[in-house]
Amino acid sequence: MGLLGYTLRRLLHAVPLLLAVAVLNFVLIAAAPGDPVTALVGDFPAPPDYVAKVRLDYGLDQPMPVRLARYLGHLARGDLGYSFANRAPVASLVAERLGATLKLTGTALGVASLLGVALGLAAARRAGGLLDRAVRLGATAAYAMPEFWLGQLFILAFAVWLGWLPSQGDGPLRGAAPGWAGVIEGLRYLLLPATALALRYIALIARITRARAVEVLRAEFVLAARARGASEARILLDHVLRNAAPAVLTVIGYNAGFLLAGSALTETVFGWPGIGRLLFDSIAARDTPTMLAILLMVSATVVLANLVTDVLHRLLDRRVA
Amino acid sequence: MRLPLLALGLLLFCALAAPLLAPGDPLAGSADALLAPLSPGHPLGTDDLGRDLLALLIHGSRVSLAVGLASSVCSLAIGVLAGAVAGWLGGWADAAVMRVAEFFQTLPRFVLALIVIALAGPGIGKVIAVIAVLAWPQTARVVRAEIAALRGAAFVDAARLGGMPGPAIVLREVLPQVAGPVLVLAALDVATAILLEAGLGFFGLGDPNLASWGAMLNEAQQYLRSAWWMSVFPGLAIGATVLVFNALGDAAAASLDPRGR
Repeated sequence: MGLLGYTLRRLLHAVPLLLAVAVLNFVLIAAAPGDPVTALVGDFPAPPDYVAKVRLDYGLDQPMPVRLARYLGHLARGDLGYSFANRAPVASLVAERLGATLKLTGTALGVASLLGVALGLAAARRAGGLLDRAVRLGATAAYAMPEFWLGQLFILAFAVWLGWLPSQGDGPLRGAAPGWAGVIEGLRYLLLPATALALRYIALIARITRARAVEVLRAEFVLAARARGASEARILLDHVLRNAAPAVLTVIGYNAGFLLAGSALTETVFGWPGIGRLLFDSIAARDTPTMLAILLMVSATVVLANLVTDVLHRLLDRRVA
Repeated sequence: MRLPLLALGLLLFCALAAPLLAPGDPLAGSADALLAPLSPGHPLGTDDLGRDLLALLIHGSRVSLAVGLASSVCSLAIGVLAGAVAGWLGGWADAAVMRVAEFFQTLPRFVLALIVIALAGPGIGKVIAVIAVLAWPQTARVVRAEIAALRGAAFVDAARLGGMPGPAIVLREVLPQVAGPVLVLAALDVATAILLEAGLGFFGLGDPNLASWGAMLNEAQQYLRSAWWMSVFPGLAIGATVLVFNALGDAAAASLDPRGR
C-alpha cells in the first residue's frame, strides 16, 4: 500500500477517535456539579425569572442529549461555543492566544530536537566515556524535574538575582519596539520559558538518540563504512542519524500531549498569554465552553500529531511498510 | 538498584513517621515568623503564613507518595486485567479492549485531569482515580503482547492438558511471566503520577486541608522575589522523589534486559 493510501486510512481512523473525544469532553463537563448560569448572572441573588430567561437564552434548559447534538453540530461548523465568562466567542478567544502558545511550544520543540540529537550523538560516540556519563546523568535529572519548578528557578536565577532577563509576559507592556530591537526584545522574553519547557524534551530526545545511536554504531554496516574510509562526521550524519531518526521522531510526536500540558504550566509561571493561561483562567471562572474547546483542541492536536508521526515514520523507515 | 531502594525506604519512613518527625499541625502557621529565612528554628525557612517549610515538606511526602503509589496500583490492576483478557481471548475482545485503550491513550492526561478535578472539586481519592483511569492502557498493551506471545507456549499447553481451567492458567502460569516488565511500568507510573499531582497542586487544585508539594510551589510563585526557599525546597523534593522512582524503573528494566546481564 502506498503512502497516500496509508495516510488516508490513518485519517479515517482518526475521525471516530476525535468524535469520541468530543462526546467524552461534553459528557464529563456536563455531568460535573455546578451551574454555568451561576457563572453567567454572578453569585449574588438574581430574580428567578431573570435566571430562567438566561437559562433559556443559552439553551441550558434543554436535556443533555439535545445539548450534545447541538454541541456536535456547532463543532462540525467550526463553532466552538460562546464563553459566558468572557462574553466572547470561544473561537476568537482561542485564536487570540494560539500564536503565543505556538511560539513557545514551537521554539521549545525546535531547540529540544537540535540540542537533544546533538547531545545524544555526542554521548554515543564514546559510550561509557565522561561525556556520555555526564549527558546520561543530566538527562536523568532533567527528566525528573517538573517544568514549572524549573521555570521558577530560572526566574529566581536570571530575573531576581542576576536581573538579566524579564520574568513575566511575552513582551514589554508598552508594545514591541520596531525593527530588530523588537525582535531581540521578544527573544529576551522567550528565552526563559522556552528553555524551562524544552529541558525535559532535551533529556528525552538525548536519551533515545543515544540509545539508538549506540546500537547503530555497533552495526556491521558502520564497520563497513569505516573500512571504506568514510569520515566520522559522514558516519554520524549519514548512517547513525538516518537510522536513529524514526525512533527520535516517534518520541517527539507521541509526546505532543505532554508538551501542551507542560506549556500550560510554564505559561502560568511566566504569565505567558497563551492557551495554557486561558485554561487556567477558564477553570477559575468555571467557563465550561472555553474548557471544552481547549480540551478538544489539545486532544485533536494529539491525534493529529500521532497521525503525522506515523506517516513520517513510514516515510523515513521503509521497513515498516 | 541499592541506592534508589535506600532512597525509597527513606521516603516511606518520612511519610509514615511524619507526625513524629514534625509534630503538630503543619498547616498551622505562626504570625511572628512570616517569610522567615533559614534559621536553626526553621531549618528551611517559613512561608507567607509563617508555616515551617520542613514540616510542610515532611507531611507533603504523604500526599505525593499516596497519590503516586495508589494510582499506580489501581492502573496496574486495570491494565493487567484488560491486557490479560485481550491477550488471552484474542479476536473481538482483543480488538475492543485495544480500541478503548487507544482512546484513553489519546486523551491529554494532565489537561483532562485538571478539568475533571476543577469541576469535581479537590480530593486525593478523585486525583488517584483520574490518574489510574488515564494511565492503564500502557500496562494493558504490555500485558496483552506478552500473553499473546505466551498463549501457544509449551507450558501453557501442558497446563491445559492437565485440565487446568483457562483463567487459572492465566493467573498462575502466564501472569507471573509478565511480572517483570509490568513492575517496570508501575515504577515509572508512580513517577508520572507524582509529577501530575504536583502540577494539579500548582494549578491550585490540591486539597486545601493537606500539605502538598505542588500547592507549596503554587504559593511560592507569588513570593519568588522575597522568599526563594519557598520554591527551591518543594521542587527539590518533587524532583528527588520522581528521580527515585524513575531510577527504580530503569534499574528493574536493566536487570530484565538479557543483553545487559
